[in-house]
Amino acid sequence: MSIGKMLSPAAIGVAVAGLLAITPVRAQESVKIGLILPMTGGQASTGKQIDNAIKLYMQQNGDTVAGKKIEVILKDDGALPDNTKRLAQELIVNDKVSFIAGFGVTPAALAAAPLATQGKIPEIVMAAGTSIITERSPYIVRTSFTLAQSSTIIGDWAVKNGIKKVATLTSDYAPGNDALASFKEHFTAGGGEIVEEVKVPLANPDFAPFLQRMKDAKPDAMFVFVPAGQGGNFMKQYAERGLDKSGIKVIGPGDVMDDDLLNGMGDAALGAVTAHIYSAAHPSQINKDFVAAYKKAYGSRPGFMAVSGYDGIHLIYEALKKTGGKTDGDALIEAMKGMKWESPRGPISIDPETRDIVQNVYIRKVEKVAGELYNVEFQTFEAVKDSGKTKK
Amino acid sequence: MTAFFTILFDGVAYGMLLFVLACGLAVTLGLMNFVNLAHGAFAMAGGYVCAVLVNQSGWPFFAALPLAFVASALIGVVFERALYRHLYSRSHLDQVLFSIGLVFMSVAAVDYIMGSSRIFIKLPAVLEGQIDFFGVGIGRYRLMIIVICGLLTAGLQLVLARTRFGSRLRAAVDDPRAASGLGINVPQVFAFTFAFGCGLAGLGGALSAEILGLDPYFPLKFMIYFLIVVTVGGSSSITGPFLAALLLGISDVAGKYYVPKMGPFVIYTIMIVILIWRPNGLFGRSASR
Repeated sequence: MSIGKMLSPAAIGVAVAGLLAITPVRAQESVKIGLILPMTGGQASTGKQIDNAIKLYMQQNGDTVAGKKIEVILKDDGALPDNTKRLAQELIVNDKVSFIAGFGVTPAALAAAPLATQGKIPEIVMAAGTSIITERSPYIVRTSFTLAQSSTIIGDWAVKNGIKKVATLTSDYAPGNDALASFKEHFTAGGGEIVEEVKVPLANPDFAPFLQRMKDAKPDAMFVFVPAGQGGNFMKQYAERGLDKSGIKVIGPGDVMDDDLLNGMGDAALGAVTAHIYSAAHPSQINKDFVAAYKKAYGSRPGFMAVSGYDGIHLIYEALKKTGGKTDGDALIEAMKGMKWESPRGPISIDPETRDIVQNVYIRKVEKVAGELYNVEFQTFEAVKDSGKTKK
Repeated sequence: MTAFFTILFDGVAYGMLLFVLACGLAVTLGLMNFVNLAHGAFAMAGGYVCAVLVNQSGWPFFAALPLAFVASALIGVVFERALYRHLYSRSHLDQVLFSIGLVFMSVAAVDYIMGSSRIFIKLPAVLEGQIDFFGVGIGRYRLMIIVICGLLTAGLQLVLARTRFGSRLRAAVDDPRAASGLGINVPQVFAFTFAFGCGLAGLGGALSAEILGLDPYFPLKFMIYFLIVVTVGGSSSITGPFLAALLLGISDVAGKYYVPKMGPFVIYTIMIVILIWRPNGLFGRSASR
């Protein structure tokens, strides 16, 4: 309940007069960031990683930028777009936030887009990965990745590295279809052949029959995209069925081999080749410090979601520095366009035209490093733009 | 042809697993006439107990399985005595509302305590991989499921049909008043049966973690499968749900293999056809209640 509802008009008058008297001597104003994440439900690990990373960044860099105090208001939408929309509205109207950020899944990011446009509030997308998102509002900027970025690269890499026949297994929903379409386009353009194409229902209890189909198709490799949580189950059943021994490699966008879950998959995951934007094993000093600090604070390894959150809050800080603390939406978006910096994942920038992220995509192989499984990067495709936009 | 046998084998294993998970529900729904939608919550409890014992306390997998049974049975008996028994005589709607509430509470509780991400149980090396049997790939883990579940089913059938306890239970169900008049302690029989059903679910939960995945949403995700097994099988015996579970397991796996585009629809189509043909399930009694 707001204070206004509790007090009589006279009391409010007194309070307002009091506030007016105080304002000139107040040292700092605050800038509020509305962070909307799935903190409960199946996508909760995404929310927790981003929230952790933002807290870590603010510990390391202080909570004051350009003379303004940064205040983060965290709301849980459970990855349900209806909730996202309601929460975004409350944050913009009641809490007067200057940014909305987070967004665990594509529908959530899309639900908030019209509000960002109307309110002229920058919407920083830190997780959702469908290409169209940034086209839905001129106030959307993304610091995560798009599925097209990683899937086209793995398609190009596969044809150049002796993989001729591929069977695909993808979850039947928007990101899965995005991944499949991008991969197919690049892989077949290079002369590769898709020998089997299976779309798995999103709520799928058992991969056994689909994997048997993959095995019977005898491809050189199978292209896999399943939501992060199902990757572990998938890899276990892949090994159970002996696909690892029959020489069928796993390739795909790196979501399946999320650092968050990789260790739980066991040795079945060894040798899987994926293209992705971040590995906790990225050999730069910035990343080593980031991983060490994250592990120390939260006792687990940061995944690509954590990095997206870390870069997202960095973007907000830098934009505020550029505008000198002004929170005008158009000025902030202008400040963000074309911004370049060194992230734990490597060099990244914001494309001035699409407001989407431009970043290196790495080809990695799962290997054992000091007793733990890691995605070890062995090839880099530099400054990859999103190729999945409808307006090219 | 070998692929056909592998699919058949996978289907049988999947069906057996469904049976162990759902047969407790067949008992409460069919024998005790209580609609317990929270059945999956007991299965989830067993799964998490097994996971914690194996992963965190270093217990061997085969020692943790019976513990999963015992833990779920104990939770079951506590809930039965504290909550469920008050609802035996209430309408089915009350029972549904009560048990669905319990499901949501269990989801939130497990999410809070164990976290929302999927967990795995570390398996001994013996259970990993496939055996090649005349060219047919036989998964070791699935083979173990078939053995355990087969023995359980045979045991259950014997207990219900041949033992004194079995006849007491059937008597208590058919006419509780007459049974208690004959000196049968009806509430005790029900409590024991309920606990045993929960224990079986717990065991099923522990076994299914590897194949179905274990997370806090388990009771919601698989509720529909349990209900299909019981409605298709009819809830008046153990053999009905058993055959129904096998039928569903095989048709689900085979459907997804041979017609992947139609895969998820196959079992629902079968359910609808069977229920139109026999509204009380394959082996249901004809509208006795």
